Amino acid sequence: MKKIFSFLKQYRKEAILGPLFKLLEASFELLVPLVVADIIDVGIANGNRNIIIRDALIMAALGLIGMLFSITAQYFSAKAAVGLAATVRHELFNHIQNLSYSRSQTIGTATLLTRITNDVNQVQTGLNLALRLLLRSPFIVFGAMIMAFTVNVRAALIFVITIPLLAVVIFGIMKITTPLYRKVQSKLDRLLGLTRQNLTGVRVIRAFNNEAKELSDFESGNEALTQMQQHVGRISALMNPLTYVIVNGATAGLIYYGALRVNIGELTQGQVVAMVNYMSQILVELIKFANLIVTISKAIASADRIQDILEIETGMEMIPPEKTSDDRCLEFDHVHLTYPDAGAEALTDIHFSVGHGQSLGIIGGTGSGKSSVVNLIPRFFDATSGTVRIDGQDVRSYKPEALRKKIGLVPQKATLFKGTIRSNLLMADPEADETTMWEALRIAQAEDFVRGKEGGLDAEVAQEGRNFSGGQRQRLTIARALTRKPEILVLDDSASALDYMTDANLRRSIRQADSNMTVIIVSQRTASVRFADQIIVLDDGKICGLGNHDELMENCPVYREIYDSQFRKETAGKEEFREKE
Amino acid sequence: MKKNKAKASPGTFRKVMSRVRSHWPLLLISILCAAANVFLTLAIPVVNGNAIDYLIGEGRVDLTAVLETLTTVLVCAGLAAAAQWLMNICNNRMTFEIVQEMRNDAMRKIESLPLSYLDSHPHGDIVSRVITDVDQFADGLLMGFTQLFSGILTILGTLGVMFSVNWQTALLVVAITPLSLFVASFIAKHTFDMFKLQSETRGEQTAFMEEMIGNREVIKAFSFEKKALEQFDEINERVKNYSLRATFFSSLTNPGTRFVNNLVYAAVALTGALSALRGRLSVGQLTAFLSYANQYTKPFNEISGVITEFQNALACAERIFELIEAEPQTPEPKDAFVLKGTHGSVEADNVWFSYTPDQKLIEDFSINVKPGQRVAIVGPTGCGKTTIINLLMRFYDVKAGSIKVDGHDIRTVTRQSLRSNYGMVLQETWLKNATIRENLCMGKPDASEEEMIAAAKAAHAHSFIRRLPQGYDTIITESGSGLSQGQKQLLCIARVMLCLPPMLILDEATSSIDTRTEILIQNAFAQMMEGRTSFIVAHRLSTIQSADIILVMREGHITEQGNHEQLLAKNGFYAEIYNAQFSE
Repeated sequence: MKKIFSFLKQYRKEAILGPLFKLLEASFELLVPLVVADIIDVGIANGNRNIIIRDALIMAALGLIGMLFSITAQYFSAKAAVGLAATVRHELFNHIQNLSYSRSQTIGTATLLTRITNDVNQVQTGLNLALRLLLRSPFIVFGAMIMAFTVNVRAALIFVITIPLLAVVIFGIMKITTPLYRKVQSKLDRLLGLTRQNLTGVRVIRAFNNEAKELSDFESGNEALTQMQQHVGRISALMNPLTYVIVNGATAGLIYYGALRVNIGELTQGQVVAMVNYMSQILVELIKFANLIVTISKAIASADRIQDILEIETGMEMIPPEKTSDDRCLEFDHVHLTYPDAGAEALTDIHFSVGHGQSLGIIGGTGSGKSSVVNLIPRFFDATSGTVRIDGQDVRSYKPEALRKKIGLVPQKATLFKGTIRSNLLMADPEADETTMWEALRIAQAEDFVRGKEGGLDAEVAQEGRNFSGGQRQRLTIARALTRKPEILVLDDSASALDYMTDANLRRSIRQADSNMTVIIVSQRTASVRFADQIIVLDDGKICGLGNHDELMENCPVYREIYDSQFRKETAGKEEFREKE
Repeated sequence: MKKNKAKASPGTFRKVMSRVRSHWPLLLISILCAAANVFLTLAIPVVNGNAIDYLIGEGRVDLTAVLETLTTVLVCAGLAAAAQWLMNICNNRMTFEIVQEMRNDAMRKIESLPLSYLDSHPHGDIVSRVITDVDQFADGLLMGFTQLFSGILTILGTLGVMFSVNWQTALLVVAITPLSLFVASFIAKHTFDMFKLQSETRGEQTAFMEEMIGNREVIKAFSFEKKALEQFDEINERVKNYSLRATFFSSLTNPGTRFVNNLVYAAVALTGALSALRGRLSVGQLTAFLSYANQYTKPFNEISGVITEFQNALACAERIFELIEAEPQTPEPKDAFVLKGTHGSVEADNVWFSYTPDQKLIEDFSINVKPGQRVAIVGPTGCGKTTIINLLMRFYDVKAGSIKVDGHDIRTVTRQSLRSNYGMVLQETWLKNATIRENLCMGKPDASEEEMIAAAKAAHAHSFIRRLPQGYDTIITESGSGLSQGQKQLLCIARVMLCLPPMLILDEATSSIDTRTEILIQNAFAQMMEGRTSFIVAHRLSTIQSADIILVMREGHITEQGNHEQLLAKNGFYAEIYNAQFSE
């Protein structure tokens, strides 16, 4: 809550003016019963028509001023609420983007999305209502009480008993329901997750004829949500009836006490009517207040959840730079990595270095830790111990942006963004010119199909690049990384969807490109890493071989095994092919 | 835009009402309770007025009568409260049940929508319809139920009582009423469009966020955060503006109608007091009248509030109904054939297909695959190999011609039986958010523990699964639970291994698995493919060579067809690709 309130500061003017105008309006409303009492006690009792007409006109005038004030109040409240929501969305989005990859990974996309959509909307609605009514209702309630005191102090004591009683009911119910609304929200989160899953996995779900199963999972999640909603609903539904009974009891008490006082000549009939009117104003306000409380408690629950996200530290600590003399391009200095919540080390004592313009191949079996090594370079994760250095400097001492500027990463999963091919390439370097982009596309073997596309660079890219095939996406992501002319190009198994011909052409053209670029190729295929200056063979998170192709063939059994398995296949093919020739 | 709204809204409203109607018992109880509540609430001011009339002046108050009258008030208040609570509960139940049904319908629709719909609509937008829009709709509906009936009944009841007490004053009240209604409807008309714009822009924003947050590693890698934030802010600004307008315009209703109310109140005070002067009205009756004037106009406030909220709800409902009513995939014919004991012959006759009419892809394609044959689909990256899978699995329907399995046109066969005859391993590994066990058993929910483990062993997944902290009960989360791409792929293979259908579709299935594991898997595959018709989108030479039929694709078209030798002899595109493989 606190943090979110601090965002309200920039809407301080609106947040003050809104309630203020609302209170002014309320004050006018509080005058009405007095005018009515005047009509009864002066106008009717003395038979004075003029006073009655004057009083009626006063009431109409009070109504008009009240409306103008109220409209002003609505405008300021809406502006503050909507503005705050926009600010919170902005802050949240910004914060989420700044979270380290490992932090946001543990929270999950679905949760992050609900926070920034549903929860922010709830806060907006809640704040809007709160600014309009939160002060107004208590103001009228206490105002009515004070006005009652001006009429008759002892009769007004009934108000003093009633109001705390009402407060107990309202806040009691609120206290019970707030945690329940939290549960409702988490059930809604689950439903959101299920919906998303059904969209992303639609092909697999249909291939396995699992539609019915998915539907029944969804339905049971939905049922749980509905049950919870009804449960909370039943409790909060008590609010209005209970307050109604209390206020009517109090009114009856007021009339009876009034009757006693009128009987001894201490009160007039008009004064009793005024008190009763104040009591019924309290009722009207409380009904509004009760509805308000429901909305506000939902909003508070949402605000807390947003706060939780905002409080997560980005997990990117900076350390002071400390330049070592050795300026190798990339260096892993006895690096160990254990993922959060994982039992065993993913990487154990990884130690190697690569010079500028050199190439490094990383090869190893599934789960051997290849991607973990890659993740450490742009600081998606931080090493548990040991140091990763780029240009002789600890990666943790770089500003993330400065660090990542040096790196052109092509992740395993080829992801494009909605927009155009141009907008996707420009992601890497907003300054890149046309020539740079075409050169990048050429090296990435994507030039032909991009030229073939209507609009060329400006061809449309759908969300997630869905209008491109897997291989096209992969080549475009490679082109994207090349567009920024990185110091280090990291290809994380990025050619998996490419056929041999394209893969071979790609590797050749990268080799022929910028000679100062350090290239790191992660692959399953020995062919892909074979010509690298240096190859790391990973097995179960440890380096089991380090050297060039020939050295490894000589002394690394794991490498030889991998090579043989592929080489044999390929030679077999080759021989057969030769025969045919 | 106006026209648009005028057309859409009543239809949406009718659809909402027809859903409400199916809950008529609750609706009936709710209306009865509302009636009882309104009746008692209306009676209380009259009774209170009677009590006040006893307070004539010093020494002239009949205290016993006052006490008796007030007892009646308390009983009425108690009953009114009980009725209101019951009404609230009914309304709650009705709303949440309706909403539950709508969500279920929406999900059911998602399961039956053609892939072409899902491929072309942003997922974030669909999610936003199922979750956010439904939620907002529920809020509006609940408010409607709770306040609409009692509001209308209060108006009618109050009018009745007022006319019976003093018809002149009552007439005046009625005369001012249209003003209040006019104000409310004027505002409501203008807010609907705003709410719709707000909903649409929110949908756009959700889609954007899903893309950016879902792919944050790439965003990070390219330090694109600032740019993304700029784009986000641009949409955010629009959401803010539409939201401000929608919120402000809708909140005008209250002050507007309250002003009219205050006029009514003043008018009642005036005419009532003047009548009292002439002795036609007692002070108690005037008090009752005034409190009626309040009660009479309050529902207008509420109803107008409900109307604005309902406009918003209808705008949301419209988006939900759009989804629920989207054209589903072609329904299966009633007598659809259930493929059983399939031999696995697949035949395509003069098939034409394209995703968009202006871009022709598959043209007049025919093939005859005998049971147990292997078909390799090869071609440069992006040549449209997935199209073949889309057609075989009937994710998309052919535009002309036909595809037959065992001689049955697949459009005359149930989708379920068609798909259960295929085992599919796609290039993109998708696992659901559930335990590994549930994921493996997707194709065969009744598989025994032994069968499952056997399949996992065959796919070489057993050993790493066993090493996970919870073994087969490890829950796979969105982020994959620390499983590597290759491990996920092994799970996808194990998933197919478990059900072993007569036909297989393998889409670059081995691309993320290291060669050592791959050899083991290929042995298992070879075993699996034995006697099974298989379609393989493959790059591995050995797979291609051993295929009975090779389909060579280029830019979405099938350019060559034949076996390895025939195609090499042809010295065409295939030969070109084949030669390129070894040119290091």
